[in-house]
Amino acid sequence: MDANFEAKLARNENIEPKDWMPDIYRKHLIRQVSQHAHSEIIGMLPEGNWITRAPSLRAKMVLIAKVQDEGGHGLYLYTAAESLNISREELLEQLHTGKAKYSSIFNYPTLTWADIGAIGWLVDGAAIMNQVMLQRTSYGPYARAMVRICKEESFHQRQGYEITCKLAAGTKEQKEMAQDALNRFWWPTLMMFGPPDAASSNSENAIKWKIKRESNDQLRQRFVNQTVPQAELIGLTIPDKNLEWNEAKKGYDFSDPDWKEFNNVIHGNGPCNRERLGARVKAHENGRWVREAAIAYAEKRKQKAAAYQ
Amino acid sequence: MTKQEALFNYCLRLADTSLILAQRNAEWCGHGPFLEEDLALTNLSLDLIGQANSIYQYAAQVEGKARNEDDLAYHRSEREFLNTLIAEQSNGDYAKTILRQFFCDTFDFYFYAELVKSKDETLSAIAEKSIKEITYHLRHTSSWVERLGDGTEESHTRMQDALNEIWRFTGEMFEMNEVDTILIKEGIAVDLNSIKSKWESKSKEILDRATIKIPANAFMQRGSREAKHTEHLGFILAEMQSLPRALPDAKW
Amino acid sequence: MNKDSQGALWEVFVQKKPGQPYVHCGNLHAFDAEMALQNARDVYTRRNEGTALWVVPSASIVASSPEDIGPFFEPANDKVFRHPTFYKLPKEIKHM
Repeated sequence: MDANFEAKLARNENIEPKDWMPDIYRKHLIRQVSQHAHSEIIGMLPEGNWITRAPSLRAKMVLIAKVQDEGGHGLYLYTAAESLNISREELLEQLHTGKAKYSSIFNYPTLTWADIGAIGWLVDGAAIMNQVMLQRTSYGPYARAMVRICKEESFHQRQGYEITCKLAAGTKEQKEMAQDALNRFWWPTLMMFGPPDAASSNSENAIKWKIKRESNDQLRQRFVNQTVPQAELIGLTIPDKNLEWNEAKKGYDFSDPDWKEFNNVIHGNGPCNRERLGARVKAHENGRWVREAAIAYAEKRKQKAAAYQ
Repeated sequence: MTKQEALFNYCLRLADTSLILAQRNAEWCGHGPFLEEDLALTNLSLDLIGQANSIYQYAAQVEGKARNEDDLAYHRSEREFLNTLIAEQSNGDYAKTILRQFFCDTFDFYFYAELVKSKDETLSAIAEKSIKEITYHLRHTSSWVERLGDGTEESHTRMQDALNEIWRFTGEMFEMNEVDTILIKEGIAVDLNSIKSKWESKSKEILDRATIKIPANAFMQRGSREAKHTEHLGFILAEMQSLPRALPDAKW
Repeated sequence: MNKDSQGALWEVFVQKKPGQPYVHCGNLHAFDAEMALQNARDVYTRRNEGTALWVVPSASIVASSPEDIGPFFEPANDKVFRHPTFYKLPKEIKHM
């Protein structure tokens, strides 16, 4: 069995739900896919925070569509995780009890409209790097969900950059707003790729099993290389004094993010950890009677239909 | 009042209602009772803003004062907004949100079906597009009204409470004034008397299926036709308009 | 407190255009058939992905297993005579 699994990986074939797989592969995937799903769902909150205040009708429609997409992506990913023999109820319980993690970036607050631009441009930009890679991940349902997600996500980064461009080209207040958002979101975005390769405990297996195909540091470097020229083009400054082009490696040298802060946020001490999880738990609890009503109603219909026959 | 003034006012009435209702529904985004329904209500919200957007654009054109759709949405005050009172009521629990939307959908369903016949080509075209969206909205909300009304004891009680609370805002949806008189004469506006009985019988049909009862002899609130609102609207606008009002020279 | 339920799992199939086959596009949760259909519309056709939908309770899907690959599908490999290219036609006949 084991040999069959290894052989499939070696041939770059997908592992499918009914295939035999080692228990730790299954566990690793449940953890990663559900963490990804939770991130999409929690990720609706910081941006959702600005839906009622989006400054134009167009911006409002775009933002709603985008936040809705995040919800859809969470949904695709939950069903991918469910194919690994865990129910959505269990997955949500893990989130609500704090057992499961989600991306720390969403524990930062969205203070101004420019943050909505920064999230689309930087956070989605970083997420896409990861997600493009994950389209080739070894677990079939996860890979297929990622293909769909990448297709839909393609407008997200553009809308964020568009907001930032408009602000950078706008009034003095708008430009300051855009620079301030970049200053605040730059480091947390770099942290999104995870700890440095040398310190990442899960990376090695993930690469071996072809769940991940590139390392945290590789993806982080690619992100910096791609983003710096985009900032320069619109006259914004990356908040890193050590940022410098390195001709030899054909990439930028840049400072290490503050990993102490990263660990603090992961361990629940980010500015919005409590609010984010609290909002999800509240929505879940407030929705309970709705779900119970739907069950009761369906049951009544079934009984009525049976009585007819 | 000139025909142009009447038409401008009429457009604002429709666009404001769609926008304020969308704004309310969008507050649920990310907080819905379960994921699939979160997406469904968000879709509905998007359709409503789309409708508001088209009608504001037309209103701006009718007005002819070089204002655009965003000026109309973001730079008018509480005493200028003409949305119906029901649209601005707070979300409450999901029962109230669904019921509020159901009453508006039922109204829109019959209203836009008539507006398609309007002699005003733009309004007729907007109605044509909207009616498809609204037909779906009505199917969605009426199935939920039934589910929640005829679900558990708790959901039934919540639906009945919601009905008791918002029924009093349904009457003024059918109120007509000088604006309507002028535009009906021109073959532009919908005679709201002509759709009232349809709205009543559809509402009754679904509420019956949901096993909830319309309160007897309820007093009907009114005021939105003269831009006299409940206290909710001021807060909705304060939030919605904050950024363009704070930075009036900025472009977004 | 009652145990939570997020509804049953459903399979969604979408038909891109009339006349084309229905293709599996994903899953969702719903508490009854009408809700499943509406949810499928709201989740999977937001970008003009289709003009018709099927929803099927996942529990109703009957699937072959990975061990079936050999006995189920490999026997078809050597039945080349089922394919048109197996047959030789006179050169003069261009299309058949």
